[in-house]
Amino acid sequence: MKSWMPFEWIAALRFLQEGRMQSLLIIVGVGVGVAVIVFMSALLSGLQANLVRRTLSSQAHIVLLPAEEVARPQVAGEGALNRVQKQAQRLRSIDQWQQLRARLEGWPEIAAVSPVASGPAFAVRGDASKAVTLLGIDPGRYNRVVDLAGRLAAGELRVGAGETVIGIELAKDLGAEVGDKLRLTGAEGQAETLTVTGLFDLGNKGVNARNVYVGLRTGQTLLDLVGGVSNIDLALHDLDEAEDVAQRIAAESGLIADSWIRTNAQFVTALTSQRVSSDVIRFFIALSVSFGIASVLVVSVVQRSKEIGILRAMGATQAQMRRIFLLQGGIVGFLGSLLGSALAWSFLMLWRMLARNPDGTPLFDIGVEPALVAIAAGGASVVGILAALLPARRAAGLDPVVAIRG
Amino acid sequence: MADPVLHLEGLRKRYGSADTEYEVLHGIDLRLERGEFAALIGPSGSGKSTLLNLIGLLDRPSAGRLVIDGAETATLDDTALTRLRGERIGFVFQHHHLIPAFTAEENVAMPLLIARGRPDAAMFERAGELLGRVGLADRRRQLANRLSGGQQQRVAIARALAMSPALVLADEPTGNLDTHSADEVFALLREVNRQLGTSFLIVTHDPRLAHRCDRIIELVDGRIVSDRANEVAAGRSPVQGSAEETE
Ligand SMILES: Nc1ncnc2c1ncn2[C@@H]1O[C@H](COP(=O)(O)OP(=O)(O)OP(=O)(O)O)[C@@H](O)[C@H]1O
Ligand SMILES: [Mg+2]
Repeated sequence: MKSWMPFEWIAALRFLQEGRMQSLLIIVGVGVGVAVIVFMSALLSGLQANLVRRTLSSQAHIVLLPAEEVARPQVAGEGALNRVQKQAQRLRSIDQWQQLRARLEGWPEIAAVSPVASGPAFAVRGDASKAVTLLGIDPGRYNRVVDLAGRLAAGELRVGAGETVIGIELAKDLGAEVGDKLRLTGAEGQAETLTVTGLFDLGNKGVNARNVYVGLRTGQTLLDLVGGVSNIDLALHDLDEAEDVAQRIAAESGLIADSWIRTNAQFVTALTSQRVSSDVIRFFIALSVSFGIASVLVVSVVQRSKEIGILRAMGATQAQMRRIFLLQGGIVGFLGSLLGSALAWSFLMLWRMLARNPDGTPLFDIGVEPALVAIAAGGASVVGILAALLPARRAAGLDPVVAIRG
Repeated sequence: MADPVLHLEGLRKRYGSADTEYEVLHGIDLRLERGEFAALIGPSGSGKSTLLNLIGLLDRPSAGRLVIDGAETATLDDTALTRLRGERIGFVFQHHHLIPAFTAEENVAMPLLIARGRPDAAMFERAGELLGRVGLADRRRQLANRLSGGQQQRVAIARALAMSPALVLADEPTGNLDTHSADEVFALLREVNRQLGTSFLIVTHDPRLAHRCDRIIELVDGRIVSDRANEVAAGRSPVQGSAEETE
């Protein structure tokens, strides 16, 4: 007997040890349940994180637009570009955007602030002509909102005077390569011939076909927006805060602030309902696990009624008997959760080996986080204790006379 | 004069619900003094076990007064009764109820462990000492269910003594044992009684054993029909010759 262990722990552990087969089976049962829950959670959060990352690879978390702009976009997926294409009237600049930029950079939630001059334009090369979205950017800032530099398929990200970076789709459409020239014409007729310095692939065909990046100054000139910016793109530290932060910025600045959550409403709804349905499944797994624990303990109370009677005769109170059985539930839950976490970890390893892209890279990145294991262990222990409530009550309420005579 | 170890007045026990109710014990009056070694005899169904369970605070009387070692029990709640039981009363049952998951030593230390909440060296020392007293010093670490019936019963006696109770209740302690083991166990009870002054109330069907007690109380149909001192046993010299001699 370990000397630090209270009587109830000693008795609970001994009872579990003695009912070896029963204890083992229920611990495995709990373990399988926990494994499914942990595996599902890890898979789902990996999958969702991956989907969100892909969706946001070509989008800002929040886009700020001038307040009175009439044609507000409702389009999901391609953020900046659809918005500007739809508006027929002249582009408007955000008032005093430099001050606003400086102010927003002071917000702790905001990771990056990138003013952009963007609007519709035509790209012409030889006979080929395409409607495009022109984005005048400061590459250092823009890169922290959309990782353009990291998604280059060819060339480099250089947008000095007379230079442009275009998507691989547009390059194909125009038959252009790095080093080739193309002519850009803005809505007001300003035109300039630029050299293609790089090709990007943002993982979205529409974006790859339409976005044309130039320096901020070039963009302002071509879009007749000298000194101004049409929008400010923001990146946040925490994606989930986007809507909240957007509303606060809108309230403070009087600008329109569109969060990715709003512009991708359908997508976000799909993610949410996916999560809800998995919560429901997890709840029912936990429920059936707890019924399993409860039924094993109820049987154990019956089997041990004589021992319960003896312990009571020797001075064990009802409260002590109750605790002995609550502890057994908790211990079974806890051990089961450890087993389950180990199982889930092996499932995930297996899954990582099997689920791969054609090129052999993992489909997406998932792992068992320590926090998830801790939550599973805590949760399963609590579920075990709750499941033991009824058996523990029966054990405490057992008539010692009947128990001893039996 | 000191309180008696046990004092019963008009103790009654009824079973069943309102219309099917029947009474098993019809007003028992009884006093047991410190150090008494008494036998409770009577035909099957006369209420011996029922009475012992009431005295042992395992069950509650329907009416009457029950005083254990000076403590009135009528007003106590379940927890208080359990405490009193643990501290003042030791049990030896017919079917040597040890807890199989624990060793002999742990079984003996169990009442101490329950009372104190955590194990300590002193309680195992005491358990070892008691096991030595019942002649099982070398079986300390053996699991209870690996012991013979007689050995188990001796462990049960050691356990009953762990808290140095004022009163030990034994319900047919030798009922499951062969004659030889029964004699040994009985001799042991007698020895403890003589050496420690612990009071005993022993239910037995064996007249041979009953006649080795100082006092014989006879119960028939829930009433005490006779209660007499047993001169032969009482007059004998202590320790020596409980097992060997017959009346
Ligand atoms: N829990 C109970 N419910 C109803 N009746 C009971 C209960 N316990 C005992 N009885 C009845 O009380 C009477 C006395 O039983 P008890 O067990 O005290 O007899 P006993 O003298 O110990 O008999 P034995 O020598 O066979 O052990 C019996 O008629 C029995 O049926
Ligand atoms: Mg009986």
